[in-house]
Amino acid sequence: MHELSVAQEILEIVNQYVPDPKPNTVKSVKVKVGKFSNILTDSLTFCFDVITSDTPLSGVRLEVVQIPVKIKCTGCNQESEIEPPVFACPICGNNQIKIVSGTELWVDEIELFDEILEDK
Amino acid sequence: MSVITIERKVLEKNDAIAQQNRELFRGKNLFTMNLVSSPGSGKTSIVERTIHHTKNKFNVAVIEGDVQTSLDAERVAAYGVPVVQIVTQGACHLEAGLVRDAYIQIEKNNFEVLFVENVGNLVCPAGYDLGEDLKVVIVSTTEGDDKPLKYPAMFRNASALIINKIDLVPYVNCSLETLLKNALSINPSLKVFKTSCTTDEGIAEWCGWIESKIKR
Repeated sequence: MHELSVAQEILEIVNQYVPDPKPNTVKSVKVKVGKFSNILTDSLTFCFDVITSDTPLSGVRLEVVQIPVKIKCTGCNQESEIEPPVFACPICGNNQIKIVSGTELWVDEIELFDEILEDK
Repeated sequence: MSVITIERKVLEKNDAIAQQNRELFRGKNLFTMNLVSSPGSGKTSIVERTIHHTKNKFNVAVIEGDVQTSLDAERVAAYGVPVVQIVTQGACHLEAGLVRDAYIQIEKNNFEVLFVENVGNLVCPAGYDLGEDLKVVIVSTTEGDDKPLKYPAMFRNASALIINKIDLVPYVNCSLETLLKNALSINPSLKVFKTSCTTDEGIAEWCGWIESKIKR
């Protein structure tokens, strides 16, 4: 539901690195989204497309890399991947676990078109 | 083709303001709770019963968040405590900047406990730190016993759980045992309270817990 405001924050960060962009400057924006971050990927890319349309960033691809949910068990000390809503160590069954990844919401990188191509 | 490496949190602006809020609240020795639940679980009723039961023990202030109307603030204001209503105009969650601006309006009052009542929504508020000490998730028995499994992030991020409307258990299709089991499977460290704002069952225990958290 809050993908629109998340898309706006992403755009704001992109604008800090590429201020006053010209069309065909930015190729894609790569974001990392944890599978436990309450973000619907399709909705996020849709919102990003909507807010960039009719701007110089129109057509820029928002590339979403999904990060699986990983935990570290405080019992057996092993790291494993889990599928919420099951929050227990798949190795020993202990439910005293720490989430080590899967809550990310990061702007990772911006990919630019080569300047030479742009000039042509 | 060139690449600009960024590696920045999307919500870093909110997180930075939340951290400022946290320092501000700690500087004033406030115990601050972010109340989260689906619409109609009884967040405002819990706030009202808490104020009623603790008026001789500690002072409370309230920041209300709603998509529309100031109905909740009016309810709470009747108890004579400082209250600010944030109307989000459609936004599905509170953000740290909104809470900071609301707090500034009441900071001159004397209070030790601050309730921030979030927008009724079990999804979006989970991702936004407001600078609170802890999140309290409220679920009512009329919602059924499966909500923790359907909205795990909120239950995982909360420190306390209030199961509200327990007086209605005989009339609704909700097993307290299953609800509790589901919640603790997501987050075994949840501090659990079972309350009714109609009969006041469990309210004294909840208020006692708040009192134990106050930083005097």
